[in-house]
Amino acid sequence: MREIQEFTLDELKHLFSPKALTGETMVLNMGPQHPSTHGVLRLILELDGEIVLNCVPDIGYLHTGIEKNMEGKTYQKAEVLTDRMDYMYTMGNNLVYCLAVEKLTELKSPARADAIRVILLELSRLQSHLLWIGTSALDLGAMSVFLYAMREREMILDVFELVSGQRMMTTFIRPGGLWRDVPVEFEAAVKKIVEVFPKRIDSYEALLTKNPIFMDRTKGIGKIDTKTALAWDVTGPTLRATGLAHDIRKANPYCGYEQYDFDIPTQTTGDVYGRYQVRVEEMRQSVRIVEQALNKLPYGPVRDNNPKFVPPPRSEIGVSMEALIHHFKLWTEGFIPPVGSVYCTIESPRGEMGLFLESDGSPKPYRAHYRTPSVPLLQIMPILSKGCFVADLIGIIGSIDIVLGDTDR
Amino acid sequence: MNELLNPAVFAIQARFNGQVSEFRGDVTILVPAEKIIAAATALRDEFDFDMLSAETAVDYCPQTNPRFHMVYIFYSTKTHLYLTFRAPVNGDDPKIATMETVYPNANWREREIWDLMGIRFEGHSDLRRLLLPPNWVGHPLRKDYPLGYEEVQYTFNFDDIDLRKPKGVR
Repeated sequence: MREIQEFTLDELKHLFSPKALTGETMVLNMGPQHPSTHGVLRLILELDGEIVLNCVPDIGYLHTGIEKNMEGKTYQKAEVLTDRMDYMYTMGNNLVYCLAVEKLTELKSPARADAIRVILLELSRLQSHLLWIGTSALDLGAMSVFLYAMREREMILDVFELVSGQRMMTTFIRPGGLWRDVPVEFEAAVKKIVEVFPKRIDSYEALLTKNPIFMDRTKGIGKIDTKTALAWDVTGPTLRATGLAHDIRKANPYCGYEQYDFDIPTQTTGDVYGRYQVRVEEMRQSVRIVEQALNKLPYGPVRDNNPKFVPPPRSEIGVSMEALIHHFKLWTEGFIPPVGSVYCTIESPRGEMGLFLESDGSPKPYRAHYRTPSVPLLQIMPILSKGCFVADLIGIIGSIDIVLGDTDR
Repeated sequence: MNELLNPAVFAIQARFNGQVSEFRGDVTILVPAEKIIAAATALRDEFDFDMLSAETAVDYCPQTNPRFHMVYIFYSTKTHLYLTFRAPVNGDDPKIATMETVYPNANWREREIWDLMGIRFEGHSDLRRLLLPPNWVGHPLRKDYPLGYEEVQYTFNFDDIDLRKPKGVR
């Protein structure tokens, strides 16, 4: 029986200072089971007293081989796996997959589907940021924010349950549009969120933004500048906190984001506090987008009507022979996109999420590679944490908002 | 093809013997493996492609020469455009120079490719497995690595089943 081995200190010695081998400094594991690493993340720290000299992240504890598994499933079935990666932004994982498949097959999602997608995506961003604000404040000792954030997050998850029957693993967005139209209660439920949210965000800010303990723990910690961030491929709020207003929703709009009026919040400090400010402002902008999308929600179909790629509605199957044949072919063999490879990106709450999808002219994806935003964020941990205290390291991990399902896939 | 891409594409095509193709608006340049670092350096320094957005590999298994394609997707925060490079890599002892010297974030991406696809990166500073345990046998994303449907190995019969497993494909 083969046992799982670990890297020895000797194999890692190029990542530590020479003092680590002689025992002058201490090498300490943080994680993989640590409450403030937000999942199964292991950091191997070299410590001089309380000061972090080097930090070596070790990931892969949540590796599920999703990219390999997708190669063995048809395009429709592979989508279900994508929910399970970034479990805080499941709608976005579905969307980037659907955008890539739509680009391959030249499907076009209708206007109503696009508007509903935008609403659901921004709600996903809100619930991801809510969990982030709760847990990262909890790590720094602010208990109460977590409870309030969870209360509001529940409202959003209820909307997901309303439209798809699932709270998190929704698979609601499908190639060519949506699974089905939203129920009539949807608009009222979203309207309620839009009404209460600005005040609720004010109340989180009242607890944190001017809180002297929170400011002491976050200001000037975990600094990074724009040049380093770009070289290390860091995107999302971490990049925007360094002063570069880069957002895929503005740079390469998808799902009709160009129709909505919203700002890209930036800060110039590049520290933990800056990232906090950017994310809180992003929550306000998300509410703005949801409000605009809801106000001009168009009527019409929610799926492309190309029967070679999109399953026909249930009502047609009983009366149309062609619909029955298409339904049968789509759910047994699947659809066949042309040969070629595409790359699609969207803006996830953590940064740029991309999908490289290659088709070889068979009903299964030949190669699917997710470019996930958490990998570069974790990769710069050694830069962010150099010379900080162990207590500040907790704040830094919280501030970059990693999701381990996203890094490990 | 977006006209903002023209200068970069024509320069890479002329200087590094690249073959340009376009599919659904995505421009891909096939660059010889030995010139990939020079081409990426030119792209970064002269044409403002300041990010390596994604780096991955594709296995075209029964084919051996080239068996793999390395895929590099560059992004420019000035023009908001993507440009893809592909470099062919041979099947026996697959290796290519590391992109880490040009874009430091290639470090983990190449560790992941080495881990899952088994392509060696020459000059890489820290070529360990990223996701799988250090003593894992094989590279799962290769097309000849079995995709499930294997006998489940328990502690008491691990070695018996290990003997029956298809070894040639690992």
